[in-house]
Amino acid sequence: MDNAQLLISGLANGCVYGLIALGFVLIYKATEAVNFAQGDFMMLGAFVTIGLTNTEYMGLPFWLALPISLGIMGALGYLLDRLIIRRLFGESQTAVVILTIALGFVIRFVAGLIWGHEPQTLQNPLAGKEVRFGGLVLGMEDVAVIVVTILLTWGLYVFFSKTRLGLAMQGASQNQLAAYYMGIPVKRVQGIIWALAGVVAGIAGILFAAKGSVDPTTGLLGIKAFAAAVIGGFGSLPGALAGGLIVGVIEPFASRYIAAGYSQIAPYALLLAVLIFRPNGLFSQVRVKKV
Amino acid sequence: MRIVFKTDYMQDIRPWKDSFQLTMYLILLVIVAAAPWLLDDFYLGELTNVLIWAIAGLGLMILTGHTGQVSLGHAAFLAFGCYANVILIEAGVPFLIAFPLAGILTGIAGVTVAIPALRLHGIYLAIFTMALSILMDDVIVLAEPITGGVAGKYLGGVEIFGHLVDRWATPDQFFWLVLIVAIFVTLGYINLLRAPLGRSFIAVRDSEVSAQAMGVDVAKTKTLSFALSCAVTGWAGALMGLYAGAFNNETFSVIISIQLLMMIVIGGLGSIHGAFLGAIVIGFLPQFLSISKEYVAAAFGGNTVAIPGLEFGIFGAILICFILFEPMGMYGRWLKIRTWFELFPFYRKDMFKRQKSYLKTERLR
Amino acid sequence: MSMLEFENVTLKFGGLTAVNDLSFEVQEGEVFAIVGPNGAGKSTVFNLISRFYDPYAGSIRFDGHDLLQVKPSGVAEYGVARTFQNIELFEHATVLQNLLVGRHRHRKTNLVSEILFTPSARRQELENREKVEEIIDFLDLQAFRDKMISGLPYGVRKVVEVARALATDPKLLLLDEPASGLSVEETTDMRWWIDDIRRQMGITVLMVEHDMGLVSGVSDRVLAMADGAKLALGTPAEVQSHPAVVEAYLGKAS
Ligand SMILES: Nc1ncnc2c1ncn2[C@@H]1O[C@H](COP(=O)(O)OP(=O)(O)O)[C@@H](O)[C@H]1O
Ligand SMILES: [Mg+2]
Repeated sequence: MDNAQLLISGLANGCVYGLIALGFVLIYKATEAVNFAQGDFMMLGAFVTIGLTNTEYMGLPFWLALPISLGIMGALGYLLDRLIIRRLFGESQTAVVILTIALGFVIRFVAGLIWGHEPQTLQNPLAGKEVRFGGLVLGMEDVAVIVVTILLTWGLYVFFSKTRLGLAMQGASQNQLAAYYMGIPVKRVQGIIWALAGVVAGIAGILFAAKGSVDPTTGLLGIKAFAAAVIGGFGSLPGALAGGLIVGVIEPFASRYIAAGYSQIAPYALLLAVLIFRPNGLFSQVRVKKV
Repeated sequence: MRIVFKTDYMQDIRPWKDSFQLTMYLILLVIVAAAPWLLDDFYLGELTNVLIWAIAGLGLMILTGHTGQVSLGHAAFLAFGCYANVILIEAGVPFLIAFPLAGILTGIAGVTVAIPALRLHGIYLAIFTMALSILMDDVIVLAEPITGGVAGKYLGGVEIFGHLVDRWATPDQFFWLVLIVAIFVTLGYINLLRAPLGRSFIAVRDSEVSAQAMGVDVAKTKTLSFALSCAVTGWAGALMGLYAGAFNNETFSVIISIQLLMMIVIGGLGSIHGAFLGAIVIGFLPQFLSISKEYVAAAFGGNTVAIPGLEFGIFGAILICFILFEPMGMYGRWLKIRTWFELFPFYRKDMFKRQKSYLKTERLR
Repeated sequence: MSMLEFENVTLKFGGLTAVNDLSFEVQEGEVFAIVGPNGAGKSTVFNLISRFYDPYAGSIRFDGHDLLQVKPSGVAEYGVARTFQNIELFEHATVLQNLLVGRHRHRKTNLVSEILFTPSARRQELENREKVEEIIDFLDLQAFRDKMISGLPYGVRKVVEVARALATDPKLLLLDEPASGLSVEETTDMRWWIDDIRRQMGITVLMVEHDMGLVSGVSDRVLAMADGAKLALGTPAEVQSHPAVVEAYLGKAS
């Protein structure tokens, strides 16, 4: 029973990692760039929602604040691409990596200025509610996290593998020039993807802030989500979710069953093992350069 | 307008363009070496710090700037060098042996990391090294019997030929020690760049396939680059340990890794100058910010409470500006200014124009 | 004596057979051209020689050595140099540095002597310099020797790639579409250079080229390929009038 409880809370955490990882993969799939600030985006999404709905700030009704904050996050994602990332069109991946790391620092700083450095929770209609399931007691928030994550991953997966627009977006990433010649509006597609990644980060942030507290450094969680994305194999949406769940589940079990001091190593040790033995992730695709 | 005529091949092989340039660098060196007489102890300490960061930057520059392998984990090697040096000294090894050995051991550690990392490209390598850096923290705690764990270690100065060199007691000597290391590393780096090995680093950075076709063994080259990079970083770490006096598992956190990478990007990837220029920014930004904060407070009557994350926020913003507007970093900007003067009045704006290449995937379907 | 031998070589990429049971020999001292429509597998033949891929079946021999036994960097050591269809230069280095990388296989110094820049390292650099300077003169690259590749026009880059390959002092030179994208004058230059490379330098040339004028102008023998397999092999005139080749080209055109 105890283990089942651990499993559930691990899964709920893993879903949040998975959602951030989803953001990584989205951007990677469509632009071959990596957004190291995705975790900070999530933190920002959480704070924007808190700012809109918590009583000490604007105090809007939750269900009204939700679409507004997702809209804001989408717009931020789009603007980021429009104003910054797009200028790096055709530059190396590394430039984007370093730029987004720097961006993370800036976002953390700004969030600290606006919302302070104290941990805060999102006031939401699910707070404190519980579901009983056999002998298990599940927080409503945990259930919401799991359900929303699965739906979102599934939806994105279908979008990218089945719809024409989704396939076109993938095409745009694989060979920008060729896609351009084929009439795919590469730049617009990129903008849409970044907006989408913003929205996904917003959802992750809201779920995270509903089930725990956020402060400006919460975004560093992105590192674990990054591990999740790599474990799942960059470029695979269901893989990202699976990677997130693996990392999320390992953590509580490791801290229960492995000696203190070793337990927090577990996710990174797994990450290193995956990189060494299956460098393309557990659900891999092959990468060879063509000359 | 200044023109350098080329008359023999040695002119390309010599590290300086002409005697004018050589003279300028020698003058600079003399001024820096005289710093203990020119600066008070506080600023001498800051300058020492800048030089140590510059050495660390040179270490990372070999790997990232010249071989193109991005490492977000070099703090792990700083830590390795630092602990190796101190542990050797505690075991009774004299500093003049312990210090070089610390770098060599760190180089060997680098090779053991390089071997599994050889197959990893770009972001994968970055995340691999970043994970290493995160783990290093835990490893130091777990290896408490040798590293002192969370309590850390303390080293009060070292003896060189019976002469105490200590950051606090004899800051001048400590400064010169750091300066000498910096000079040796820089000279070695310059030599490397004008020899086949350095060029093979650049070849691997710019095109692995054609490096191979030219007979460059890519795996071996990357491994060597890791070894050299880590050795230099290890020396910087050893000096950082001496500079800090006391250190523990948190001294060399992953944030230091990130800072180091950002530093060489701001300074200018792929140039020795870049490591030094970046170190100057890293070293003096905190001073600059606290001075300007006081200034603002005095002018507008605010308070001078520390703003958390300010330093990193500003640092991040500077970095973003550089990547967008001057991807070659401060050194790139300096080259443009210099060319402008040298060619005056013939400079054209498009002389340094970048040719953008379209991204092609390395992924098949 | 045949210098390069392909014997029943097959290579597959997943379901696609890029090279299909291909056999041919390049004789020492000749200029040998490979022609064929896009996607015929010509570049793949070069990549096989460069050991980027392991063939699925067959053998590749060079100068009596089994190439399949060496790693990619070992091919250059035997004296094979190449250019790439899509230009693979070292972008952020000067022309001079690019050519000097070509000298890599003649390196005699080691890590320590280079870091100390001992007299032997210095001597080696001087020798490299002289060799590279000869090639710069030969290909008329003096004006560009200290320029970064990233600022050079396309036509110059093509020449620099040839120069870099020559700097390795090869026995066999592989040129992948040396004239594609060049102007008429540049193509004419390339033609004379290829002639000189063979006659003055005594280097055997294997090239892939679409420009039939260039091919029939410089090559002794031509191999026509389609879908990874051999269509015809013979003198330029023979191949051009070969029915299978005519059909392949007309078939593609319609
Ligand atoms: N690395 C690779 N992976 C998968 N398919 C490849 C690879 N390289 C080439 N191909 C395919 O093999 C075929 C032959 O390509 P190539 O040799 O480049 O043709 P060309 O004769 O135009 O030079 C093409 O269909 C190409 O798409
Ligand atoms: Mg081709």
